[in-house]
Amino acid sequence: MNASDARPVLLEAKDLSVAYGKVEALHKVSLTIREGEIVTVIGPNGAGKTTLLSCLMGLLPGQGEVSYVGRSLGNDFEVEERVGLGLTLVPEKRELFSDMSVEDNLLLGAFDRYRRGDRDFATTMNEVYGIFPRLRERASQMAGTLSGGERQMLAMGRALMAKPKLLMLDEPSLGLAPLIIREIFRIVSGLREMGVSVLLVEQNARAALQVADFGYVLETGEISLEGPSKELANDPRVIEAYLGLGGKH
Amino acid sequence: MDFQIALLLGQDGLTNGAIYALLALALVLVFAVTRVIFIPQGEFVAYGALTLAMLQAGKLPATLWMIAALGAAIVVIDGAIAIRHGAARRLPRIVLSNLGVPLALLLIVPNINAAGLPLIAQIALTLAVVVPLGPMIYRLAYQPIAEAPVLILLIVSVAVHVVLIGLGLLFFGAEGTRTPAFTDGTLDLGVTMLQYQTLWILAISAVLIVALYAFFGRTLYGKALRATALNRTGARLMGISTTMAGKLSFTLAAMIGTFSGILISPITTLYYDSGFLIGLKGFVGAIIGGLASYPVAAAGALLVGFLESYSSFYASAYKEVIVFTLIIPVLLWRSLTSHHSEEEE
Amino acid sequence: MRRLTLPLFVALLALVPVVLPSSAEFYVTLLNYIGLYALVALGLVLLTGVGGLTSFGQAAFVGVGAYTTAWLTTAFGWNPWLTLVIAFAATTLVALALGFITLRMGGHYLPLGTIAWGISLYFLFGNIESFGGHTGLGGIPPVSLFGMELKSGREFYYLIWIALMLGVVATQNLLDSRDGRAIRALKGGVVMAEAMGVNTAWYKIVIFTIAAQFACVSGWLYAHLQRFVNPTPFSLTQGIEYLFMAVIGGVGHVWGALLGAGLITILKQWLQDLLPKLLGQSGNFEVIVFGLVMIFVLHRARDGLWPVIMQRIERFLPSGGDSRQVEPAEALPRRDRPVGGDTILEVQQVTKRFGGLTANNSVSFTVRAGEVMALIGPNGAGKSTMFNCISGVNPPTEGEVRFLGQRVDRLLSREIARRGMSRTFQHVRLLPTMSVLDNVAIGAHLRGSRHFVHASCRLDRDEERRLRAEAAKQIERVGLAEHMFDAAGSLPLGKQRIVEIARALAADPCLLLLDEPAAGLRYLEKQSLAELLRKLRSEGIGILLVEHDMDFVMGLADRIVVMEFGEKLAEGLPKQIQEDPKVLQAYLGGVE
Repeated sequence: MNASDARPVLLEAKDLSVAYGKVEALHKVSLTIREGEIVTVIGPNGAGKTTLLSCLMGLLPGQGEVSYVGRSLGNDFEVEERVGLGLTLVPEKRELFSDMSVEDNLLLGAFDRYRRGDRDFATTMNEVYGIFPRLRERASQMAGTLSGGERQMLAMGRALMAKPKLLMLDEPSLGLAPLIIREIFRIVSGLREMGVSVLLVEQNARAALQVADFGYVLETGEISLEGPSKELANDPRVIEAYLGLGGKH
Repeated sequence: MDFQIALLLGQDGLTNGAIYALLALALVLVFAVTRVIFIPQGEFVAYGALTLAMLQAGKLPATLWMIAALGAAIVVIDGAIAIRHGAARRLPRIVLSNLGVPLALLLIVPNINAAGLPLIAQIALTLAVVVPLGPMIYRLAYQPIAEAPVLILLIVSVAVHVVLIGLGLLFFGAEGTRTPAFTDGTLDLGVTMLQYQTLWILAISAVLIVALYAFFGRTLYGKALRATALNRTGARLMGISTTMAGKLSFTLAAMIGTFSGILISPITTLYYDSGFLIGLKGFVGAIIGGLASYPVAAAGALLVGFLESYSSFYASAYKEVIVFTLIIPVLLWRSLTSHHSEEEE
Repeated sequence: MRRLTLPLFVALLALVPVVLPSSAEFYVTLLNYIGLYALVALGLVLLTGVGGLTSFGQAAFVGVGAYTTAWLTTAFGWNPWLTLVIAFAATTLVALALGFITLRMGGHYLPLGTIAWGISLYFLFGNIESFGGHTGLGGIPPVSLFGMELKSGREFYYLIWIALMLGVVATQNLLDSRDGRAIRALKGGVVMAEAMGVNTAWYKIVIFTIAAQFACVSGWLYAHLQRFVNPTPFSLTQGIEYLFMAVIGGVGHVWGALLGAGLITILKQWLQDLLPKLLGQSGNFEVIVFGLVMIFVLHRARDGLWPVIMQRIERFLPSGGDSRQVEPAEALPRRDRPVGGDTILEVQQVTKRFGGLTANNSVSFTVRAGEVMALIGPNGAGKSTMFNCISGVNPPTEGEVRFLGQRVDRLLSREIARRGMSRTFQHVRLLPTMSVLDNVAIGAHLRGSRHFVHASCRLDRDEERRLRAEAAKQIERVGLAEHMFDAAGSLPLGKQRIVEIARALAADPCLLLLDEPAAGLRYLEKQSLAELLRKLRSEGIGILLVEHDMDFVMGLADRIVVMEFGEKLAEGLPKQIQEDPKVLQAYLGGVE
């Protein structure tokens, strides 16, 4: 038995399937995320990783069961309600408010808290600036003028403003230079200490497996492998799933 | 034209332009947030003025029955949805939030002498009766198809406009009305005379514009509306629901429209269908601003006001022709200067 | 059975004035109006239902037709048939001008422009003295046909319904043609159509003008039926009502126009009697009902009532066997192709920036005729952006693209397509409700020249057969013959990608740009795709390929360019690439 198994389960998906019309993009995917854990879903392009996150966030309807802190999240749970429950998603496209300042983007990250009467987001803002000092420097700059790495930081910072229990990251390394990827992953691995669980979807398998506790390999809509990330990192089947460079030739 | 007349026309143009500017701002707001081209914006002008007139005449405004009916319709629809989702516990809230205000007003208004109230109370009552129509119309006509293409939303807007015109005739009759000025009399400036009502219009328009500016720039709800306009998915991921943003923007638009009607009804006779042309002139302004820029839209609306006022002097019969033909060079100019992506819809 | 429906309907229509007793004059009048309205609504079907644009100002075009003839016949005594030509020409000019101004902008500027135009024209009619101001113009002469004056409603009935039926047939012919496919692509397929060489802006102007011309003819008929005109029937309110007719009837179907015009006209008659009694006031209260019905239809049955009814009929009266077929025809001429081994595409230091993001940074490579060049790299490396730079969909910020020796980086995508470059899209851009055959035939757009005037008179049939035969040939070539007449959207995604290839091939390209063609295919399908691409290569076509399936790429490509972070990481033969440590790093990633 693994040590982390003792931690309470935060989110559990059972036999989750998602279809676009007739085309099934996700087939009976099951995964578990425990509190304070970083779980990664790796896999090649088009495997259904983004679909998985969109469904968990309520952007896409799915079939199967999703339970979160013991309550069942049906399709009628809107995105906004899920935000209120402590789920946040940093999407692949970042979806920043490009014509608004960095600071306004961050403030809006706390909109749901504000709506519920929680006005103490100055502290959170300071914490976020502590994690991403670059954002403090650019506070009054328009989000649309940021570089790729800064955009990713802002997207993550904005999501953290909601004080989430579970942060879902969709390809945070996408299109970023190695140095910045390293910085982003260092920050991701630090989130554990803040008590935030992370579901990390990545193509960049090595980096993802290095920071994660547990990993799943998603291929053509199905989980083909799963296990503690240290074991997965050394599994030759991971390389094969990815590159097609391995066995067949 | 001598200087005196020019000043007088300028004053007219400025007054009307200020109203058009308010409406243009509302139109830009609604379009940016919901992608709805809000053709019925002008109907709120007429409904506002005529509701106030009914209150002042000591009658129960028919608009009151309308919010009660729309509220009931929403209760039925939302209630059915809640029950289907096994959330009957939400029913009391649904009833209260949709029928609370209409029923309270139906209890209060007939039992007070509304005609005898001070003007400011009558205005407050008018706003309370007419403004809820905004979010209610959003809920019933637009929310179910919020993701539809702009074109479909536009056709729905025209349908809503037509319904409101028909109901306007039913509620208020074909007669036009004027309401008394906020302050009677004129101010003698030597070169020209200024009606106090003109001053009221300019001052209140300015205050409203500044208030809107502060709302969008300073408050989190204002920023949330801008965020929805900029990036719908991004906003939803922050917990800003599209529905909430839609209702809020329609509330603001209804408020601006109603207030505009209350402001101008002392200087213009308004009929049940007068709002349409007034709203469309705001539209010309909004289009000058590309349905996107608030300051350009406001400036464009002022331009429309002046153009209308001076053209009424030179070619009174062709006033409307001139104003609405203005849109053609404006569109030409915009089409030559703006780059728009083909795949919007 | 179904084939008899139309002749039966026409025969029934022809009999109406003969059979109806003289006491039922009212019904003839009603049918006359339905015909007039349906003609206007028919234009809206083309404009709104098919083309995805709309106009609230059609009543103003009706007014142009009516007032032109009213004024010229009464003031100058001109022959009505001559004034029809003049009205037609005037409408065409106005529509072209308005269309040119408003159609270059986003979709909603046209309807807004038409609202303004509808209002100003209404006020203009009412204020021009020689037009009789708001009282109008009377004493308009009747129309003579073969020496017979059409004075009564019953006589005029035939003129109206013949005009309408001609309009219906012409519209149907137009939609079933080369230009018709281009027009059907306007709704949701602009980028694709432009990449296939279609000048979409021009087609928008064309359908706007045709819709206006239908309205104008309706106005001319109206003036000579009523023999009197005033501004009221040409107001914006009437313009809105025309749109309601089209939308409620079924804006995507020519018969929807008739259905809508019939329903609204009859409903209006009924409500105008009923509502004032019910409400105890007089006034146009029927608009309340129309508006509510309209909102309901848009919420629940956005395609209108015609498809709903047809579905019901289909259930009782199945349409029988599929009679669609492709007739054999002479092959279309092919373009001269470059000699194998010649460089056909040169990408020189292309940089593409989006705001502060650099998606492509100074990338250079070449493609030769008769080779497969693969562009690979991890997600977000900038491959699709590069495709858009090359094909003109989204031109580069800096750098040069040369195709067949000429610079093309500042050309529109349709101009590049004309030079012989054809592409597929990563996110499939097919018109889902159109058949596979029609989708592929769009690819051959530039190989035809017959246009909408030919099409509406069926003078395009020979060329159309050749275009369809070409499309069918390409569909068979990619192995989708059994899906030829299926709606493109009903195919699995993998096969839709193959349809995209067939469409690109229908253009007879010398350079083919394929964006992830193998995604979503099964093993055997991939094999046959690779086989097809090898065959194309041997014919001398240059192929530039973006693909993630490494087995597929390594087995097929002659040369490979690897991109990462928008830059070129490596270039070489497949073997060299597979052994390149930098490439391995790029694919598996890593943080030391």
